[in-house]
Amino acid sequence: MTTTTAAPDLADEFGSGSGVIDRIQSLLHKYSYLSPLTVLIVAMVIFTLLNDRFILATNLSLMSQQAVIVGTLAIAQTLIILTAGIDLSIGAIMVFGQMVMANLAVSASASNVQFAWGLPWYVALVAGVLIAVIAGAVNGALITKFTLPPFIVTLGTLSVFTALSLILFKARTIQGPELPSGLKAMGETTSLGSFRLMAGVGMMLGLYGLFAYILRNTAWGTHVYAVGDDPEAAELSGINTRRVLFSVYAVAGFIIGIAGWITIGRVGSASPNVAPNINLDTITAVVIGGTSLFGGRGTMIGTLLGALIVVVVENGLALAGLDQAYRVLAVGLLVIAAVALDQWIRKVQS
Amino acid sequence: MNESDEHPSDAADTSNALDIVDVPESVAGDGVVQPVLTGRNLVKTFGRVVGLNGADIDLYPGEVLAVIGDNGAGKSTLIKCFSGAHIPDSGVMTVGGSQVEFRSTHDARGAGIETVFQNLAVAPALDIASNLYLGREIRKEGLMGQLFRMLDKKRMRAEAGQHLQDLGIGTVQNITQTVETLSGGQRQAVAVARAAAFGSKVIILDEPTAALGVRESARVLQLIDDLRNRGMPVILISHNMPQVFELADRIHVQRLGKRVAVVTPDTHTMNDAVAIMTGALQVDDADQALGPVERRSA
Repeated sequence: MTTTTAAPDLADEFGSGSGVIDRIQSLLHKYSYLSPLTVLIVAMVIFTLLNDRFILATNLSLMSQQAVIVGTLAIAQTLIILTAGIDLSIGAIMVFGQMVMANLAVSASASNVQFAWGLPWYVALVAGVLIAVIAGAVNGALITKFTLPPFIVTLGTLSVFTALSLILFKARTIQGPELPSGLKAMGETTSLGSFRLMAGVGMMLGLYGLFAYILRNTAWGTHVYAVGDDPEAAELSGINTRRVLFSVYAVAGFIIGIAGWITIGRVGSASPNVAPNINLDTITAVVIGGTSLFGGRGTMIGTLLGALIVVVVENGLALAGLDQAYRVLAVGLLVIAAVALDQWIRKVQS
Repeated sequence: MNESDEHPSDAADTSNALDIVDVPESVAGDGVVQPVLTGRNLVKTFGRVVGLNGADIDLYPGEVLAVIGDNGAGKSTLIKCFSGAHIPDSGVMTVGGSQVEFRSTHDARGAGIETVFQNLAVAPALDIASNLYLGREIRKEGLMGQLFRMLDKKRMRAEAGQHLQDLGIGTVQNITQTVETLSGGQRQAVAVARAAAFGSKVIILDEPTAALGVRESARVLQLIDDLRNRGMPVILISHNMPQVFELADRIHVQRLGKRVAVVTPDTHTMNDAVAIMTGALQVDDADQALGPVERRSA
């Protein structure tokens, strides 16, 4: 996972005239996922001490399932935040995609559904993912062609896609029994001892591995970092920054589409009102995972850890008997701490 | 993800560049040294602001041409036309005797012109090797490299290390160090190394020492001298008169968007140069160094 094996050299370089704090700072700077990893381990130890049910395999598998939707969407959010952008429409696109899948796959006998074409589940799946890619590409096109800020564009498309889901599909929830099993496949679980691994969790981990690899080992990955780091430098280096940005939003759309499929499996139905806070939750996961909102800095593994931290903290505090409000408070404090840490780490540059 | 790296105009420019290479050392049949790069009557406006107002430039083989001028005289605008960052509104640019039109930095690089921009154009969070190859990464051979643009990181690191060695930049210890951990001089060295590694015809440096201390400046000046010794023509933009007079073979003075004179350190003093820059002194064509001059023994 790491870029270098020549750590001793670096230690020498940084070590000159610096204390323990400086060492930690430069270490965190180099491996941005170290801080979320530490937080995750510490949190898990504390919660296990507070309530020994926390570490049970059943609770661990529950937590993995609680993390799967936000975790998958956070992959897309990471790509976008790496380019110094932000996507507020992720949840809306995900809902739109899964509603397309569900509605196209429902057989005509189920009344009251707009597009009850009874298509095979895999055709409906591809259509839903494609819609999500197109939606992402629309974001990308608006941002690159008209040079609009991503925040504003996706704030707009958040409303647009939410409204489209409600208008086109009559705001109707498609219940589990109406859906073909293929669309619910991501909710199937396999037992590994007493740990129950959900197919969607496996898919999420696969996507993390895939995109971590792509970011690290392809020209596209390097360009994503470069565009977020310093767009002007990237442009002067001959990188077509607009094309890179556009492709990031389109690729994010693909991931969001897959997340829609996973969501149907996890929830067991397709509802236009699923996961209302998911946009902010993905940003929370990305930020806690050590990815800088200023772009150019961050890792996929960090985001995965960030998503897990949120779930672990919420679950652990619940098991410790704390009220929902305290859990929200804790996550809020975590976000602020993570951003403050990022600012501190970035000081190593100067 | 599998978008093509090529620019539409790329093929044409590259083939152009290849043709020129066959002409031996830019010396035409009659023994007159031909310029490697020319600009004639270049105009570039930004809204109502006039950047270039009919500017000319000539660069001859193996020389260091300094471009000086007051703020707003159009120095950066002029060289950015040749590095592809600006597209002139009108005028003719040639490289190696053939007319060129650059629509992006990619085009200019394809024609063998490398630029070290004032802001260095490096990505601070990426490592040295990635920065050296930014925008033209070495890819794995075969399908994985072509279709998925897989990087050949091993080769990139090895060759990046070699390029830095060639330039005698020994202080950079680790090629996987991120650029933001480097000092200003080291960053500059990375940017110069990138230009030297890929520049086949011309290297342009925009204020390469503006942000540097005395020792680091000296190292960069040494790098420029090394480039000249390797026969590489260099365009140097600088505000630093002593540097210009120490290093340049010819000095192009830019004023109000035009070239007002070309002098040499032997024929004119620093005070003369400043007077020309401010318009206090006009120089007759006969007293100028519009053609190539004898190489200075540095």
